[in-house]
Amino acid sequence: MKNRIISPSPHVHSGDSIEKNMYGVLIALVPAFICSVLFFGLGAVVVTLTSVAACLVFEYAIQKFLLRQCPTIFDGSALITGVLLAFNLPSNIPLWIIVIGALVAIGIGKMSFGGLGCNIFNPALVGRVFLLISFPVQMTTWPVPAGIHTPLVDAATGATPLALLKAAVHTGKPVSELISSGTVSGYRDLFLGNTGGSLGEVAALALLIGFVYLLFCKIITWHIPVTIFATVFLFSGILHLANPDLFINPVFHLLTGGMMLGAIFMATDYVTSPMSVKGMTVYGIGIGILTVLIRQFGAYPEGMSFAILIMNAFTPLLNRYFKPARFA
Amino acid sequence: MLKSFKIGGIHPPENKWTADGKIEVLPVPEEVVIPLGQHIGAPATPLVQKGDRVKAGQPIGEAAGFVSAAVHSSVSGMVTAVEERPDAGGILRPVVVVKVEGDEWMEDINRSEKPEHNITASKEDILKAIGAAGIVGMGGATFPTRVKLSPPPGNTAELLIINGVECEPYLTADHRIMLERAEDIVVGTLILMKALEVKKAVIGIENNKPDAIGKLQGIASKVLGVEICPLKVKYPQGGEKQLIKAVTGKAVPSGALPIAVGAVVQNVGTALAVYEAVMKRKPLVERVVTVTGKSVKKPGNFLCRIGTPISKLIEAAGGLPTDAAKVIGGGPMMGRAMANPDAPVTKGTSGILILSEKEALRKPASNCIRCAKCVSVCPMGLEPYLLMDLSCHQLTERLEAEKVMDCIECGSCSFTCPSHRALLDYIRLGKSRTGAMIRNRKQ
Amino acid sequence: MNTILITIISLCAIGIVSAVILYIVAQKFHVEEDPRIDTVEGLLPGANCGGCGYPGCRGLAEAIVKANDMEGLFCPVGGTACMKEIATALGREVSESAPKTAVVRCNGSCANRPRTNRYDGAPSCAVEHALYAGDTACTYGCLGCGDCVEACTFDAIHMEKTTGLPVVTDACVACGACVKSCPRSIIELRNRGPKERRIFVACVNKEKGGVARKACSAACIGCSKCVKECAFEAISIEKNLAYIDFIKCRLCRKCVAVCPTGAIHEINFPARKITPEVKEAEEAPEEKNTEPAAVNMPVPTAIVIAEKAATAGTIVVPEDSSVAKKAEEEKISEEEEVAEEEKKEISRKADRTSNEEIDFKI
Repeated sequence: MKNRIISPSPHVHSGDSIEKNMYGVLIALVPAFICSVLFFGLGAVVVTLTSVAACLVFEYAIQKFLLRQCPTIFDGSALITGVLLAFNLPSNIPLWIIVIGALVAIGIGKMSFGGLGCNIFNPALVGRVFLLISFPVQMTTWPVPAGIHTPLVDAATGATPLALLKAAVHTGKPVSELISSGTVSGYRDLFLGNTGGSLGEVAALALLIGFVYLLFCKIITWHIPVTIFATVFLFSGILHLANPDLFINPVFHLLTGGMMLGAIFMATDYVTSPMSVKGMTVYGIGIGILTVLIRQFGAYPEGMSFAILIMNAFTPLLNRYFKPARFA
Repeated sequence: MLKSFKIGGIHPPENKWTADGKIEVLPVPEEVVIPLGQHIGAPATPLVQKGDRVKAGQPIGEAAGFVSAAVHSSVSGMVTAVEERPDAGGILRPVVVVKVEGDEWMEDINRSEKPEHNITASKEDILKAIGAAGIVGMGGATFPTRVKLSPPPGNTAELLIINGVECEPYLTADHRIMLERAEDIVVGTLILMKALEVKKAVIGIENNKPDAIGKLQGIASKVLGVEICPLKVKYPQGGEKQLIKAVTGKAVPSGALPIAVGAVVQNVGTALAVYEAVMKRKPLVERVVTVTGKSVKKPGNFLCRIGTPISKLIEAAGGLPTDAAKVIGGGPMMGRAMANPDAPVTKGTSGILILSEKEALRKPASNCIRCAKCVSVCPMGLEPYLLMDLSCHQLTERLEAEKVMDCIECGSCSFTCPSHRALLDYIRLGKSRTGAMIRNRKQ
Repeated sequence: MNTILITIISLCAIGIVSAVILYIVAQKFHVEEDPRIDTVEGLLPGANCGGCGYPGCRGLAEAIVKANDMEGLFCPVGGTACMKEIATALGREVSESAPKTAVVRCNGSCANRPRTNRYDGAPSCAVEHALYAGDTACTYGCLGCGDCVEACTFDAIHMEKTTGLPVVTDACVACGACVKSCPRSIIELRNRGPKERRIFVACVNKEKGGVARKACSAACIGCSKCVKECAFEAISIEKNLAYIDFIKCRLCRKCVAVCPTGAIHEINFPARKITPEVKEAEEAPEEKNTEPAAVNMPVPTAIVIAEKAATAGTIVVPEDSSVAKKAEEEKISEEEEVAEEEKKEISRKADRTSNEEIDFKI
C-alpha cells in the first residue's frame, strides 16, 4: 500500500460542511421568497437578484484583489447575506442603493473584520442600517402589495403596520382601534403577508415554515427565536395590560415588522450569536426587550435591526461569562 | 426510557456488519513480536534473552513498578531477539521476538473449555492472579487491572460496572464475546466483585445489541448482584465517565477518578480475561480483534495471539483491499492510524479498520464559523473551538481554567465540525502542555 | 451674552477642579521607580520581541537595572553595540558574546530522506511529533510543517519547497523562538563565525549508523572519522551522533572532507582547491573543464551561501596551461587569506589551547 495516510483520531467525519448549512438556510428562505414574489411581483425578484449578485461580486473582488486570497464565494455565506439584505428592503428601492448596501454589508460588515467567522455584527443588518440612515426616504417608502402584477415603477405606496402604530401613538389615538378600524390589515393578512413591509418580513407563515425546516435539518437550535418571541410577548403583554390604549397587544408585535425574519434568520446567524445555551437565552431576552423598547418608546417604528446589532456587540462578553453546562 | 448520559454526544453511522460473524480462531503465525510495553505505565523488564526457549503462557516480562503489568509469551518457540522495534507509529519500543515452534503451553494452565464457575479463590488470591496474568484494560485504555482493583486508601468501591457498550462504530469484538462467552463473562464479573468487595455489579450494554442483552439477562437472573442495564445508542456511551453517569446518575468530579463516586469500570473483555486468569490460570495471551472496512472482502472477528502481525489478520480477512489507504488500530473515533505495516496485535487492539482514500482523507479546514456544533456535542460540556484557539496560542493557564484536562479525547468535536477544523489535534497538544505546566507547578 | 459667560465660567471651574483632583491622585498613587529603567528602556530597540527572555523591552530594562552586572542579559536585536551603550549609561562592564544565528541541523530533504507515509493531520510539527515517528523512517528528523517559520517574528526562516526543510536567512537575530518551537530540538543557536562561516553536523539522529543511513542518505552514522580528523578536539560523538563545539572549531574544514555521508556542512566558504593526491589521480586532461571531484573527496551536500557559484568539488586543472598559473596564484592568495584568518582566530583565542600545534595546511 503506497503511502498510507496517517493522522490523529478521529478518522471519520459527519459529512457536515459550511455549504450544507448555508444552502440549508437558503432553502428555508424559499417560502418567504415565494411569498414576496406573490405579493410584490417582479420587484421582489429584481431586488433579490441584484443584492445577491452585488454581494457575490464584492466578496470575490475583495478576496481576490485586495486580500489576495483564494475567493470562497461558493461557500454560501455571501449568498445568504445578499438574500437577507434584499429581504430587508422595499421592493421598489432603486438598484444603486442596493449595490451600496451590498458593498457596506460585505466590505465593512464582513471582510473588514477578517472574513468568514470573524465579524462581530450581522453583515446584512449592517448594510440595512447603513441604508436606513443614509437613504431614509427610499428605505421607508413601502409599496402596497398588489399581487404578482405589482408594477415595477410608480407602484402605490403606503405605510407599514408599525409606522401606522407609531403615527397613532403620536396623534394620541387609541392603538386598539388600528385594526378594528381597518387602518392596519387584519391578523390573517399579517400572518400570511398581505401587508406593507420589506420583502422578507411580511409573510410570517412562510418564515415559520422556514424555521421548522431549519430545526429539522439541525442547522439552528430553537433557543434564540423562541426566547425572542417569548420575551417580546411577555414584555409587550405587560405593557399592553398596563395601558391598552398606548401599547398594542403582543400578537400584533409578533406578526409585524422584522420580528419573524429577524428572530429566525438574523439573530440566529452563527458568527454573531453566542455559543452556549445560557448565552443564547440572555441574548434572546436582550433582543426582545430592546425591540419592544425601541418600537414603543423610541423614534423608529421598527427596532429589530438595532436590537440585534446591539446584542451582537455583547456576544463576545456573553461567550466569556456564560459557559455551557459542564459535565462536572 | 433508556438510560444515557445527558450532555452532548453524536450518532455516527454504526457499520457493525461483523456483528453476526462468529469468532474465528486465527492459526498461530510463524513469528510473534510481543511488545514489553502494552500498557499504561513503565514497560515490563524482560525475563528472557535471545536463544531461550519459551512456552505459551510463560512470563517473558515482569511488571516494572506499581503501575505496570507482566507480559507473557503467547506462543511456544525460541526467542530470536530482545530488541527495539518500531511500534504502530514507527517509534522504537522494546519487544521480544519469538520464532514459533509448535503450540506447547505451560503445564499449570487449564486449557479445557469446561466451564469453571465455582469461585473458591480469596480476594488476595484473585488480585495476585490478575497481576500475575498481566491483565490490562481490554477496551483499549490498557490500564493495569490489578492497580485499578486496588483503590487508594480512603476510597471504597460500591459498584462494579462492566463496560459492554462498545460504542465505537465498526467494532463488534465485545459483542461477540458477550454472545459466545456470556457465562464466563458473568463469572468474571463475580470474581471482580469479590476482588473489590462489592455486592452489586451492572453490565452496561448499548441497545443495538439486543441479543447480547437478552442472553446476559438470562444468565444474570440466576446469580446474585449482577444486573444488566441497556443503554441508549449514542457515542461516547462507553466512555468511563459517561457510562457511570448513565448507570448511576452520578458525575465523576473534574480531575477525580471514578472511585470518587464509588464506581470501578472494567471492560467485558477484561472480565473474561479475569475469569480465565483466576479459574484457568491462563494469562492474557490472546484476544478477539474485529477486522473490518467497506472494501474488506471477508470482514470478521478473529481470536488471535498477542504479537501476531497485523498483516496476518488482514490476510485472514481477505487481504488488503486495493483501495486501502488508512489502517487503523481500534475504532474510527479513537483508534490510532498505523504507519508501520509490520506492527503486532497488542493487548489493547480491539479492531483493525481499513479505510479507502476517499473515506480517510481530510477535507481542507476553513475558519471557525462559530456554529457552536462542537459545543453542543461535547460530552464533557467543554468548548472545543475555544480550546483549539487557546492551544494554538499556547495559553496554558487559560486552558486550565477552561477545563481542558477534562477532555476525554472522544473526537465528537472534530467529527461534527462543518469547517473540518482539526479541533482534537490541537486540544490534545494543549492538554499535554497544560499537563506539563501543572506537573511543574506541583514540584 | 449671559449664556456665554456662564458657559465659560462653568467650564473653567470644571477644568480647574479636575486638574486639582488629577494632581492629588498623581501624587498619592505615584509609583516609585528607578529612573534608570526609563533610560535603559529608551536605549533598547523597543521591538518587544521577547528574544532576551524577558517580557518586552521594559521587562529587560527592569532586569538590567536590578542586576549587579550584565551577565546573562543580552538583547539579540540591539546586539553588542546596544548592550555597550547601556553598560556605559549605567557605569558597568559589558561582556562580549559572539553574534549567533539559528542553524537547522537536518538535511533530510525529499531527495535524501524518502517519505514512507502521508501525514494528513493538523499542519503543526508539535502535533505530528506527538502523534508518531513522522512521515519518513527517521524518528529524529525535520517534519517540515513549519512551526519554526510561524514562531519567527523577524521573518528570518522560511520553508524551502523543493527540499521540505527550513532555511535560515541573514535576518536571524538569534532570539531563540524557533529553537523553542521545534519539538525535535533540531534548530540550535550557534556562533555566526568570522565572515559568516560556520561548520556544523546537519543531523540529530541518534540511532545506530545503519539504521540512520537507511532512513536518510545524508545522516550522521557516528563513524568517528571526523573526530579522528579534528586537530582541535572540537568534535565529540554521543549516542551515534557527532557534535561540533562551535567555540573550539577553527573552521579548517577537514571534517567536512572526510565525512562519508556529507552530514557535516560548511557555510559561506569558498570552493575547495585541489589537493596533490587528487591531481595525480586524475591524469591531466587537455581541456579546462570543471568537474566535480571523484576520488577521496565526496561531494558535500553543503548549503553554501556564497557569492562564488561553485558549490561542489574541486577544480581539475591541467598542468601546462596559463590557467594553472592563475590557479596557483589564486591558491597562494587563498592560502594567505586563510592563514591570516587562522592568525586572527589564534590571537582571539590566545588564552586557550596554547599547547596545541597549529596546523596551517589546508
